[in-house]
Amino acid sequence: MSATPTTGALEIRDLVKAYKPGQPVLKGISLEIAGTGLTSVIGPSGTGKSTLLRCINRLIDPTAGSIWLQHDGERVDMSALRGAALRAQRRHIGMVFQEYNLVERLTVMENLLTGRLGYVGAWAAWRRRFPQADIDRAYELLDTVGLGAFANQRADALSGGQRQRVGIARALMQQPRVLLADEPTSSLDPKTSVEIMTLLREQGRARGIPVVVNIHDVDLARRFSDRIIGMSGGHVVYDGDGAGLDEAMLKTIYGGEDWLQ
Amino acid sequence: MSAPASPPLPPARTGAPFRASAGVRAAGVLLALYTLYALSQLDFSWQRFSEGLGHGARLIGKMFPPDLDKWDILGKGIVESLQIAVLATALGIALSLPVGFLGARNLMPAWVTWIARFIVAVCRSLHPVIVAIIFVKAVGFGALAGVLALTVASIGFIGKLFSEAIEEISPKQVEAVRATGASFMNMIAFGVLPQVFSRFIGFATYQLDSNLRNSTMVGIVGAGGIGGALFSAFQRFDYGFVFTILATIVAIIVLAEIGTNALKKALDV
Repeated sequence: MSATPTTGALEIRDLVKAYKPGQPVLKGISLEIAGTGLTSVIGPSGTGKSTLLRCINRLIDPTAGSIWLQHDGERVDMSALRGAALRAQRRHIGMVFQEYNLVERLTVMENLLTGRLGYVGAWAAWRRRFPQADIDRAYELLDTVGLGAFANQRADALSGGQRQRVGIARALMQQPRVLLADEPTSSLDPKTSVEIMTLLREQGRARGIPVVVNIHDVDLARRFSDRIIGMSGGHVVYDGDGAGLDEAMLKTIYGGEDWLQ
Repeated sequence: MSAPASPPLPPARTGAPFRASAGVRAAGVLLALYTLYALSQLDFSWQRFSEGLGHGARLIGKMFPPDLDKWDILGKGIVESLQIAVLATALGIALSLPVGFLGARNLMPAWVTWIARFIVAVCRSLHPVIVAIIFVKAVGFGALAGVLALTVASIGFIGKLFSEAIEEISPKQVEAVRATGASFMNMIAFGVLPQVFSRFIGFATYQLDSNLRNSTMVGIVGAGGIGGALFSAFQRFDYGFVFTILATIVAIIVLAEIGTNALKKALDV
């Protein structure tokens, strides 16, 4: 087993993303996310929360700005990386998705081992030969997320909550220095949502890594977050704890007021 | 909010909700007219058809009793046909896998997909028998020409469908695999192949079936297999043997159908 992961930190500077020239979705985001703790990003649909998260691990290429990832004594600008160097850094950023994004036709175990693909050569991966340490860790993680008995089930046989647990376990297989979650509870019922948020917070604390969660449910964000970032119109308009997030602030973030009654 | 005293009535809705457009109706009329025109051009009359039924009955009558004495010719031809079909399918799958991948527009740069699609289009454009004639000229009479001809047909069929299957995969699953830092080849192995594998098995078994049928035909142009024996039996008016060959081919196709279904079930696809 490799050494326990050290905490990672993110420093986003003047991040701009425009899908169409002249129409930026993100209009200069600057944030520092460091140390253990769960940070929620809230804001109306279409304000760029998912874009922000996907710029961090470069599933989307930013238009301008820099994204510094710091871990294990390294400090790299994700926005400047390409090819193999980019893939090498992506391994340190785990990601959890709204619709779980499991490979449906693979087993739970294979989905978990997907988290190690950044460390395994093609010849070994095509033959499904993973190091024993990875397999041991996968079983350990399955027990952690309460799916120990499901290793050989196909992912498409699981319920939504179970799938998201597999999604989290897959991200944790990477031994990430930063964990991102893009609306991990939006497809789940309220009870399962709470369980998933609990799992994300606990795992973040246990590993001492920052967890960044995009979330629509303001109450859930208040309940689980150490820090809440409010986005609106491509800008950060709030950055603080749950207590400071009053009605006036929510009005600023989401606009209107009828929905607050 | 104050409710308005009387809500405005919705505008009157008239007419059928689903009407064929003028263009669709015009196309239907044109198709019907052209069919009638083609019928009149091709001397396709009821008289000829009813006379033909009589000829057909006499032909079938001549097939009985079936000739069961030429087992050596039958056996040799059938075995060669099966070998042609299996070899061509194996070669075709091996070659169409990379061609299919290179033709998928969601994985490859545009110029690569154009080359792959051009290869597939060329392979598809000619009927296997025409390709078999070309290969007979190139490599001489025999099974090799048949194997090559059906390999070309297999690349055309599987390559095209495989590209399309890859283009229909869920990008979300691929995105998640990319996010782990996986290399391109590992992304293919864990993000793409699992999504298309079952469909690929379906294409391959269908192509095996198709190659079995076509392998009985390429022999007519000298490219090996039972087709040659069938053709010469026809020319010798040896209808008893023709019947034996045809019945054997039908039996093989039915057996292959049962076999491929069992294979699909076993692979859970």
